[in-house]
Amino acid sequence: MSDAILTLEHVDVGFATDDGTVSAVSDVSLSVASGEIFGLVGESGCGKTTLAMATMGLLPASATVSGSVRFQGRELVGLAPEDLRRLRGDRISMVFQDPMTSLDPAFSIGEQIAETITAHRNVQRGQARDRALALLADVGIPEPERRYGDAPHRLSGGMRQRVVIATALANEPALMLADEPTTALDVTIQSQILDLLRDLRQRLRTTIVLITHDLGVIAQLCDRVGVMYAGQLVEIATVAEIFRAPRHPYTQALLAALPTQHQEPGSLRVIPGRVPNLIDPPPGCRFASRCPYVMDECTIVPPLAHESADHLIACWLSEATRAAAHPAGAATGGAA
Amino acid sequence: MSPRGRFIVRRLLLAIPVILVMSVFVFLMIHLVPGDPVQTMLGFRATPRNVATVREQLGLDRPLLAQYITWASGLLHGNFGQDFISHAPVSTLLAQRLPVTIELTVLSMTLAVLVGVPLGVRAAARPGAVRHLSEGLVIAGIAIADFWLGIMLVLLFAGIWQVLPPSGYVPLLKDPIQNLRYLALPVVALAFGETAYILRTTRGAMDEVLDTQYISFLRAKGIAERRIVYRHALRNAAAPIVTVIGIQFGVLLGGAIVIESLFALPGVGRLIVTSIQQRNYVVVQGGVLVVAALFILVTLLTDVLVGWLDPRIEEGAAA
Repeated sequence: MSDAILTLEHVDVGFATDDGTVSAVSDVSLSVASGEIFGLVGESGCGKTTLAMATMGLLPASATVSGSVRFQGRELVGLAPEDLRRLRGDRISMVFQDPMTSLDPAFSIGEQIAETITAHRNVQRGQARDRALALLADVGIPEPERRYGDAPHRLSGGMRQRVVIATALANEPALMLADEPTTALDVTIQSQILDLLRDLRQRLRTTIVLITHDLGVIAQLCDRVGVMYAGQLVEIATVAEIFRAPRHPYTQALLAALPTQHQEPGSLRVIPGRVPNLIDPPPGCRFASRCPYVMDECTIVPPLAHESADHLIACWLSEATRAAAHPAGAATGGAA
Repeated sequence: MSPRGRFIVRRLLLAIPVILVMSVFVFLMIHLVPGDPVQTMLGFRATPRNVATVREQLGLDRPLLAQYITWASGLLHGNFGQDFISHAPVSTLLAQRLPVTIELTVLSMTLAVLVGVPLGVRAAARPGAVRHLSEGLVIAGIAIADFWLGIMLVLLFAGIWQVLPPSGYVPLLKDPIQNLRYLALPVVALAFGETAYILRTTRGAMDEVLDTQYISFLRAKGIAERRIVYRHALRNAAAPIVTVIGIQFGVLLGGAIVIESLFALPGVGRLIVTSIQQRNYVVVQGGVLVVAALFILVTLLTDVLVGWLDPRIEEGAAA
């Protein structure tokens, strides 16, 4: 793997609620290489968005983050709010799921892009405006000059998401976190936005972390993918590898649930059981209660281990996981 | 015409039927009094002859529609009728009294906005001590009646500490400092409850806006928190706040009637109260009409301002 731009080590995120602490992200470690598109896949509520918000330092006060998040070698957990603010929108940017509600309805789209520039760069208003116009053209907004002063409600969802992406790119960030950037859009617009992201990555060499629950989007756009389940990272592999040879039982079940063209109508395959309650979840692998291969060791969290150079898996079924756990002696103790 | 121009014209046109309906109600007021209005006015010892004379003077012997048309066309020329006690034109009486009421209500509203909006914004942006304080203030403001607060203020500031006059009035143009000294207590008494409503509305609107995704996106863009709160969130919360301020202005005009009587301020409110006691219906009519027209004007301004703050409303109305 080439130089990592973002490295997460043993990241835990908990939310304090009236009923107890929700363990939204549990012991996640991963590393994103500079220039790649890394997909983070998992069902709703599995902690993908929380992970992104933790990286941005945007979690509400009720959340506690522990572990390490390093961006370009700099530790972000515990960084002063003002230093985090300077990074946000400048070196790291984020695109949210719903373009209909991402833009401030009271300001024009052009102003909102220019504002992102003036917040981080000491430039004249005119320069910020010129740059915003160039960005609008860059993301495929026709007639940027005429559109600059438009309020967001005058644009369609797809156009708004282009504006959001232009905003996220305004200061040429090293890393862009895109949280379900196409989920709220209809299918043709989805593929346009995916094309745009692919094209921008090629031209700007921006590293992208793409969060989605849509395996199709992963297949189209990503280089590598991490699979999350109920706050735990269960598998990381190249996209080709994930689709060819998924190793974790959850990944296998997820792929098996994808409908195919040859499938009989009305016969969608589902994963039996339900996601565990994340308030005081049972120790060990959180997929254990739904896993067809469940065994005694599953009450201990399996470590994420290299199956091959670019395939990591956290499951006791894997020899690599056993080998990685053995020196730590986790297999015998109640380390979970 | 631009959407904004069309919107304003539309609102102005809509005000016409409102004014018409209002004028009909005010006109009918005199006929809704139980029994014969002239008899009530003159008292029970009036001779039938007197009653007939006054009725003729007031034109009450003519058909209702004819009366209304005469009265309404008089209004269009600024003629509100004659006070049959002092024989002064009602328009003159109102012109003398109106500035007092306007000064009282505008000062009260300004004070309420200047205290309520910043406190509401801060309570929403930074939950903690300010929020708890604001909750107490809201409950107190809504629970405490303005006339009771007025009496307490007089007891404290005029009675015990003797720093402000208990009642009376000096015109603004004659002596601005004395004018403010006389108005200080009534303005505070009237503004207190208003502050609570404006604070609560501001806090609620800000809570809602600060919870939206575009605020999260602004944070993700690295915009400074102060700018997010005061420039973006407040701008979006402004429409509901302005709407409530407009509506509350009507409440304030009603409150002014009580407060003016309490502090012996020569405003329209006190004029109305005295005229009611004297059964001086023509003056009551004129006073109510002016207060109602003032409220319609404020509502109109509010609508225009809200449309300007939220262009989606303007465009929606023009479509």
